[in-house]
Amino acid sequence: MKYYDKLIFEISRPGRVGYSLPKSELTIDNSQFTIPANLLRETPAELPEVSELDVVRHYTNVSNKNFGVETGFYPLGSCTMKYNPKINEEIAHHPAFSGLHPLQNEESVQGALAIYYHTARALSELTGLADFTLTPFAGAHGELTGLMVMRQYHLLRGDTKRTRVIVPDSAHGTNPASAAVCGLEIVEVKSTANGTVDTNDLKGLLDDTIAGIMMTNPNTLGIYETQVVEIARLVHEAGGLLYYDGANLNPMLGASRPGDMGFDIMHINLHKTFSTPHGGGGPGSGPVGVAAHLVDCLPNPRVVLDENSKFRIQNSSSACGRVAAFMGNFGVVMKAYTYILSLGKDIKHVGPIATLNANYVKESLRDTYYLPVDTVCKHEFVFDGLADKSTGVTTLDIAKRLLDYGYHAPTIYFPLLFHQSIMIEPTETESKETLDDFIDIMHRVAEEALSDPDMVKSAPHTTPVRRLDETTAAKNPLLKYRDLN
Amino acid sequence: MNKYIPHTPDDIRQMLDKIGVNSIDDLFADIPESVRLQKEYNLPEAMSEEEIRAYFKALGEQNQQQVIFAGGGAYDHYTPSAIDALLSRSEFLTAYTPYQPEISQGTLQYIFEYQSHICEFTGMDCTNASMYDGATAAVEAIFMAVAQAKKRNRVLVSATINPTLVSIIHTYAKYKGINVDLIPEANGHTDRTAMQTMLAKGDVAGVLVGSPNHYGIIEDYTGFADDIHAAKALLIMHCDPSSLAVLKTPAAWGADIACGDGQPLGIPLSFGGPYVGFLACKKELVRKLPGRIVGATKDVDGKRAFVLTLQAREQHIRREKANSNICSNQSLMALHITIYLALMGKQGLREVNEQSYGAAHYLHDELVKTGLFTPAFPDAPFLKEFALRTTLPVKALQAHLAQHGYMAGIALGDYREGMDDCILFCATEKRTKKQIDELVKLIKEVQL
Repeated sequence: MKYYDKLIFEISRPGRVGYSLPKSELTIDNSQFTIPANLLRETPAELPEVSELDVVRHYTNVSNKNFGVETGFYPLGSCTMKYNPKINEEIAHHPAFSGLHPLQNEESVQGALAIYYHTARALSELTGLADFTLTPFAGAHGELTGLMVMRQYHLLRGDTKRTRVIVPDSAHGTNPASAAVCGLEIVEVKSTANGTVDTNDLKGLLDDTIAGIMMTNPNTLGIYETQVVEIARLVHEAGGLLYYDGANLNPMLGASRPGDMGFDIMHINLHKTFSTPHGGGGPGSGPVGVAAHLVDCLPNPRVVLDENSKFRIQNSSSACGRVAAFMGNFGVVMKAYTYILSLGKDIKHVGPIATLNANYVKESLRDTYYLPVDTVCKHEFVFDGLADKSTGVTTLDIAKRLLDYGYHAPTIYFPLLFHQSIMIEPTETESKETLDDFIDIMHRVAEEALSDPDMVKSAPHTTPVRRLDETTAAKNPLLKYRDLN
Repeated sequence: MNKYIPHTPDDIRQMLDKIGVNSIDDLFADIPESVRLQKEYNLPEAMSEEEIRAYFKALGEQNQQQVIFAGGGAYDHYTPSAIDALLSRSEFLTAYTPYQPEISQGTLQYIFEYQSHICEFTGMDCTNASMYDGATAAVEAIFMAVAQAKKRNRVLVSATINPTLVSIIHTYAKYKGINVDLIPEANGHTDRTAMQTMLAKGDVAGVLVGSPNHYGIIEDYTGFADDIHAAKALLIMHCDPSSLAVLKTPAAWGADIACGDGQPLGIPLSFGGPYVGFLACKKELVRKLPGRIVGATKDVDGKRAFVLTLQAREQHIRREKANSNICSNQSLMALHITIYLALMGKQGLREVNEQSYGAAHYLHDELVKTGLFTPAFPDAPFLKEFALRTTLPVKALQAHLAQHGYMAGIALGDYREGMDDCILFCATEKRTKKQIDELVKLIKEVQL
């Protein structure tokens, strides 16, 4: 297929239009506006002038330069790139919901509020926490909201000294960033050799200035923190709270619930565990759940069921505040709820099969890739580059070569615990055949690293574009069409 | 196993053999018994697609579709049909953040086009790949101003801004340790003299104003940038991007940062989301801009291509030194407005504003003619949203009209003291003369 490289501005021709508005008898030409002239725009914004077909063909061609889950296997570690069911999309576009104004009266949006309420109930059941807000827009936004809940809990008790939060050195980068934005000082707890939290180090860090600890379980190496019960006891005894980063929740479906592990607060990435599409980087959704003693600290507004079985939108003065104008990415919540209903009780198979897939790929590749922590994993695992380091072929090269073979690359250079991290997460929706093909290609790339290292180092060769000059892009930023001319 | 899990018993057996364990349970043996899930989830049985359709149809029937005569941050504009068709392309929909640029040029290119549009609209030099919504974009703008000012951590927010946005700003500021003071309003406008006094202490990092403001008023910000820059603070303008097709740009007002919600650019109301925020700034501030930024470059063969750039600013690099924790953006919704702007083009967006202006002013005049309403802010210029005082009981009137299928404005008394008799009305290009006449007729006949 011909490579398409036009920008929408480059196919614009004066006078073309791609829309139709009704003839309105009310319309008033802007020259007749009673708005004072100095409040008006002087020169019109330069927008494209294109026909509808121009637009449709342009973005179809642009889309062909992209790779999604439906294009091929997407083993991006920590991102849970599972299949995004079609029925989710159909339901989320239902006109009985898409036309609702967020400030309509409660009586007129009972169906929408029911979805919000029942989704929160289902998430509570799946996580063992008392209640959820579905308002946060993304995982990072959920983290920040959860930390606000944590701080508000201590503040309401007059416990103002607790301004520090413990974060493992292996944590996702958003954990320390969210803590900093929430005004918390970060204290790093060390990892043991197998990447789990060092409980001895943790003991030394706990005192009455600690607001809590942020953890993922399984952690970023895909390893279950077997000391979690002890960690919960230690942190609670010291007066702190436990925050669960739900980025790695997928393998826990059917296996173990954060609330039962002792966590007080968590966020869920609906775009990971609950199958809503990533959309090229959003919209996601990051609901925050809390244990019973923290429900009053959840942000405003909340959806509750009153004594007459009517859903109500409620605000509370003990809430941590308000984090969004309306009710979050409601359309994404609808997709996640559809997914939950589609699987029902059978959602318990998700974690076990995701874990089976990950261990299968790990055991099939450990002969050629270096496995730094040799233990059973959950949904994902990490290699530290090729086992044979003599070729000079790096993790980046391997990732790029995989693109030539029609795969998205795994997550690379994260976690930071190893120099050549390759983090693989297959998810439960991938069949054994897909995994076997991927395993074959991973082996072939390892062979190529020996037989023709230069070819691997200059990969990819067959993608729409090849390796990019990122240095010049940063040195001389060209960030909009006008910068190109 | 089910339609989302393809494993046959035989597959599972072979895979377990390769791993060297007897059962899937063995893979969970490391989880302490006390925290292993021991029960069935209390969830319904799996539902078929037909059952799911029926379930949501029934829920949908518990909603009431209303004719929307309200805004308050979410506007009922026309959405061209081609947008959804293109957004549902799985290459866009099911991709992750463009970490591998060689196979993500689709996402990277449309973000570049999006950035071009946002800069064009606001007159700003640079912008990022989008934010969650308009409110969080405003919060991040404030964070930028405070970071730029280094030691000053006080910001001023005009009282004419949407009060919900103010409460969101207060929330973030409380935890981040930023002091927020409201600039009082005078007759629906930001009180410039009061602002000058508040700036005089020299401890202000930034000033946030809105255009149009919460009352729909297009304020005259002449001189504001000079006052604010003289105090070494930044001017942040929160705007409706649709209106920027006809209204003076934030850059022309001398703003340093522009932000707002992209929803008015044809994103369906969708009960509040997903929408998309935008955040744009002068080039001096680009290194303080949070989130992803896409830049143009070339590949090794010299082909034009796009890539995530200036990543040293981002949270995954800066970790606890980060000024923002935003990770992804609202990419697909950025594509939504990018396609909207391509379809509507120069002429279409002007027409949207002309029709909205016409509908809103007709509604305004017809309501005033009934004798039951008077302008809350006489002679204040507006585009599609305006506040009226009424002699009718506001809540009862709205409830009555809701029964007839109309969302008749927003009760300003819910947000502001002394405005219990005020309604904030809105009309876009989707409101016809017939709908307006029917609404006015119902109001005239109302017996409350």
